[in-house]
Amino acid sequence: MKTIKKMWAWIDDRSGITDMLNPLIKHLVPPGSKWSYVFGSATLFCLVLQVITGVALSLLYQPSSSDAYQSLQFITHKAKFGNLLRGIHYFGASAMIIMVGIHMIRVYITAAYKYPREMGWISGVLLLFLTIAMGFTGQLLRWDANGVWSSVVAAEQLGRIPVIGKLAARLLMGGNTIGGHTLSRFYSYHVFIIPAILFLFVAFHLMLVIRNGISEPPKMGRPVDPKTYRQWYKDMLAKVGVPFWPYAAWRDILFGAATIIAVISLAIIYGPPELTQPPNPAYIYTNPKPDWYMLAIFSLFALMPPKIESVVIFMGPVLTVLILLSLPFISHKGERSALRRPWAVFGSICVVVFVFSLFLLGEQSTWSPQFTAKPLTRADIHSTDTLVIQGAALLYQRGCLYCHHIDNTGGLKGPDLTDIARRLSDEELRVRIVNGGTNMPAYGGILKKDELIAIIAFLKTRK
Amino acid sequence: MTENRIDKNEQGTTENRRRFFIKLSLGLSALSALVAGIPVISALLAPLLKKAPEAWRKVADLDDLAVGAVKLVTFENADPEAWAGMTARSAAWLRRDSESAFTAFSVNCTHLGCPVRWEESAQLFMCPCHGGVYYKDGTVASGPPPKALVQYPVRINKQQIEIQTAPVPITTL
Repeated sequence: MKTIKKMWAWIDDRSGITDMLNPLIKHLVPPGSKWSYVFGSATLFCLVLQVITGVALSLLYQPSSSDAYQSLQFITHKAKFGNLLRGIHYFGASAMIIMVGIHMIRVYITAAYKYPREMGWISGVLLLFLTIAMGFTGQLLRWDANGVWSSVVAAEQLGRIPVIGKLAARLLMGGNTIGGHTLSRFYSYHVFIIPAILFLFVAFHLMLVIRNGISEPPKMGRPVDPKTYRQWYKDMLAKVGVPFWPYAAWRDILFGAATIIAVISLAIIYGPPELTQPPNPAYIYTNPKPDWYMLAIFSLFALMPPKIESVVIFMGPVLTVLILLSLPFISHKGERSALRRPWAVFGSICVVVFVFSLFLLGEQSTWSPQFTAKPLTRADIHSTDTLVIQGAALLYQRGCLYCHHIDNTGGLKGPDLTDIARRLSDEELRVRIVNGGTNMPAYGGILKKDELIAIIAFLKTRK
Repeated sequence: MTENRIDKNEQGTTENRRRFFIKLSLGLSALSALVAGIPVISALLAPLLKKAPEAWRKVADLDDLAVGAVKLVTFENADPEAWAGMTARSAAWLRRDSESAFTAFSVNCTHLGCPVRWEESAQLFMCPCHGGVYYKDGTVASGPPPKALVQYPVRINKQQIEIQTAPVPITTL
């Protein structure tokens, strides 16, 4: 023991580790920085978990367009603890996005972005988008049919950038089509380029926390005044500040450890997402869908008016970044208490409800044709008339049931036809079917006259 | 007096040398960064620097399709890398319009590039992602697609149908 202590003393003396870390560990923080402050450090815990599990996965993963799928099958089904490793990395990414989101909302609601912590907010915004970029590129590394087609969808989105859209799309795919370069580039983005920028901003973000101090819990009637704030904060710390370790850090460590345990538990219980079909761009019977954190955007693309969509795909992210970055310049002083900033709270709730609603809609994807719709059964056809039965069969054959619901079968994109005869007359039905609408093809050129008559005969029975 | 002048001259020379070496060190650093940066930038922009080749690929025999029929055909991209494996393949929807006329549609929805399916009985192309629908001639029937399905050039060569490969169609503003 004595020898070890002596060795440590020598290492510490020559390297200056204690001298370097002590001021960081023991820097004073305001009292009352309690549980609402743990989400930033939990994000950091998740990042460390992602780095460690990511390095482990890179030992098993083959970043080649032709071999990645097989290596993923190997990791998932054959490698010792490979399934768990993929699961932890998957749920770790989800946890990191949740934590960074909560951290950001906490900072906004308590106005911790105000003077002198504007740069903390700006670097935090960039870290949020880098985290999402890591999530998305990580999903593409899950190189199955979903990964291949999601790459095309991402390229299409980049294509909406004015002037350089096509070049950006080509750069993302590594060529004109999906091919040998595509996965190599995503691997490089996910493992080298984005993490390098991420680590740089994490270091900068943490340095700012030390430089400007943790924001004190806001108090009504105690506005931030840039002229006096720094001196007030310094005096306050000298008077009532407590060392970060152990007085504040224990909560961060406890919550961080609990987060990691939750991630591991989810990985054990649910495992990683199963791979879909092999990554063959010529295989088209797949339904590409992003992981949950991009589902809200996926929904938005389906729901917004097509006329404005191309502009929104480009301007939406640009405006979001600009608005978020400009926040500390618009409001850098004054009240921090949420009780005096009700609009900030209301705005945050609106954003959360909006994003969550879009997420739920994305889960249901009612706008997608339901290719698995089954033909109507005798029980669904309230008639023995031959024409009506023929109409019911046509409704399935012509793909109407992909989008329309009748009793317990069919898609949800179009109106429910269960009791359509109560709402529309024969003539109205004919006009709708023949001419179509915004969300319905005109079947006038597809159906024969007798088929149209049969379908209307069936629909007339739906009362 | 003379010694002072010499000292000042020496100081001036030293300062000039220092300025020269500062400029030299900065200049050389910039040059080395530039030279090292050229291949790095080249690797980063490689997809843009490469010429986009095109090739005619045989996709079916003339007898494979009846008039009016639509078939999914697959083919190899124009310039597949040796390590691309199955990702070097693409697909298209081929329709026989008459005895001698064919139309080949890209499988990519013009909305966001998802793979569209041909629904034979409905005579429609349908996209699973956001519900885009196209008529059999590729024009938009409903949903969010901003334009008709992109078409590939098709030709008949020695009783075989050939498609000219093309980039993934990217919809721009």
